[in-house]
Amino acid sequence: MTLASPPLKKLINAVDDFVTEELQGLEAAHPDLLRIDYENNVVLRREPTRAGKVALVSGGGSGHEPLHGGYVGYGMLDAACPGAVFTSPVPDQMEAATRAVDGGAGVLHIVKNYTGDVLNFQMAADLVAGDIEVASVIVNDDVAVQDSLYTAGRRGVGATVLVEKIAGARSEEGGTLAEVTDVAVQVNAQARSMGMALTSCVVPAAGTPTFELPPDEIEIGIGIHGEPGRRREKLASVDEIARMLVEPVLSDLPFTSGDRVLAFVNGMGGTPLIELYVAYNAVNKILRDNGIEATRSLVGNYITSLEMAGFSVTLLRLDDELTRLWDAPVHTPALRWGR
Amino acid sequence: MTAALPQAEGTGLMSTALLEQWLRRSAARLADVTPFLTALDQAIGDGDHGTNMNRGFAAVVAKLNAEAADMDPAGILRLVGRTLVSTVGGASGPLYGTAFLRASAALADRATDVDAALDAFDAAVGGIAALGKSTAGQKTMLDALVPAQKAARAAHERGASGSEIVAEAAEAASAGSDATIPMLATKGRASYLGERSIGHRDPGATSSALLLTTAAEVVGGQAG
Repeated sequence: MTLASPPLKKLINAVDDFVTEELQGLEAAHPDLLRIDYENNVVLRREPTRAGKVALVSGGGSGHEPLHGGYVGYGMLDAACPGAVFTSPVPDQMEAATRAVDGGAGVLHIVKNYTGDVLNFQMAADLVAGDIEVASVIVNDDVAVQDSLYTAGRRGVGATVLVEKIAGARSEEGGTLAEVTDVAVQVNAQARSMGMALTSCVVPAAGTPTFELPPDEIEIGIGIHGEPGRRREKLASVDEIARMLVEPVLSDLPFTSGDRVLAFVNGMGGTPLIELYVAYNAVNKILRDNGIEATRSLVGNYITSLEMAGFSVTLLRLDDELTRLWDAPVHTPALRWGR
Repeated sequence: MTAALPQAEGTGLMSTALLEQWLRRSAARLADVTPFLTALDQAIGDGDHGTNMNRGFAAVVAKLNAEAADMDPAGILRLVGRTLVSTVGGASGPLYGTAFLRASAALADRATDVDAALDAFDAAVGGIAALGKSTAGQKTMLDALVPAQKAARAAHERGASGSEIVAEAAEAASAGSDATIPMLATKGRASYLGERSIGHRDPGATSSALLLTTAAEVVGGQAG
């Protein structure tokens, strides 16, 4: 039996124009903050990098909006390189971005730990070697993946947003490349995440859901590319689901009684805020039961997987310095305060 | 330019014309199997391998049309490598791109006889292994390429003809691709699935086998 494939029910003109038209929209909506280099497919701040400021470049597949283009602006990134949907960008993009934003103080590449992202950023760094000083931080906060000889290592997920914000603040106040890199590494080292999906998602070029999830099942331990997770569970209450995510996060670092944390409840793109706040409430109860205080929070769709429903929990252990850098002014399309 | 061609045209294994024919036919085959590769990648990856390979090889064909006129085999392999790095994305872009760039470097300034072609293939496979920090048995493209490499060497030592060597390499690559089905992935995105990666064919090994099968068709057709 063959079935005609269903129509692509998305706000889209043509699959091939999807990412370009998104960039055009981003630029049209935020002309005060950013501009797009369409030849190289790079999102840049509107103003060139201040001489002497360390520049931050990140990038990855599209479909995770607002990551990364929505974080270009004061206090976060200097440039973002979007690939095709769920596909790492190519080295030419990161090379162009790195050359465009270098202010003479060096460039930090913020790379999520996926084989493709790591290889393409590495090739870009090789292409500018000798011209520009480049440092890299690999974000790998996802506790759903065993970090062992038997995997490509842990994926970079929610902590990426926190790394970009906090390292961005450190570079804005004049940190050297070594100092900005150190704080980025520190945020990654103090943060852990885990996510779940209620539904799958449809990559436009594929046209069909990446995985099939029966109505009464959920996927635990997903990444951000619609890749299936570590295991399936029966649908459960949000209190129970929150426990499935938070407990592995707490035991991994481990977070302990007396810790202060930034609690980040992130929507995967298709979950309404009312559910995300219900989820935050569930997460916060578990934290309190463990003697952990959420002194900062972030709730919303910040690193997504197209229209997937579900959420991830990221906890970052805070100290006074990380708190100060988190609170520092930021003005980007997707995060703005203090300015 | 033409000075490089006589030796290149003489071997029946790595001539400019055969290379171009192989690349164009591979691009057409990849366009045909894009939905199949995508479905394989949806099962254990992120569902982009088919479209990425199709985009990259379409760009290769465009480059061949525009720039390949007077190139020797090493020049064409370099052009392909750079194009794939710049257009494919994902992990496949750097990996396949590096393979072609390494093959080009291994071939430079050499007569394109069977020995040189096998050295170029070794360099290509070695480049993938080095960049991916991977070996055969981890459910990757190397599971098609490494058996193909061994089969090609064995056939050559036996004194097989160029077309026999490529045919045996392609057969080994297809068998290697089949053998990825029961494997546990320990590299690449499928490794995130752990045990759940078992029972699925690896998309990268599949595209590698397709490239070698197409090469066998092209070389075999020329010989026959």
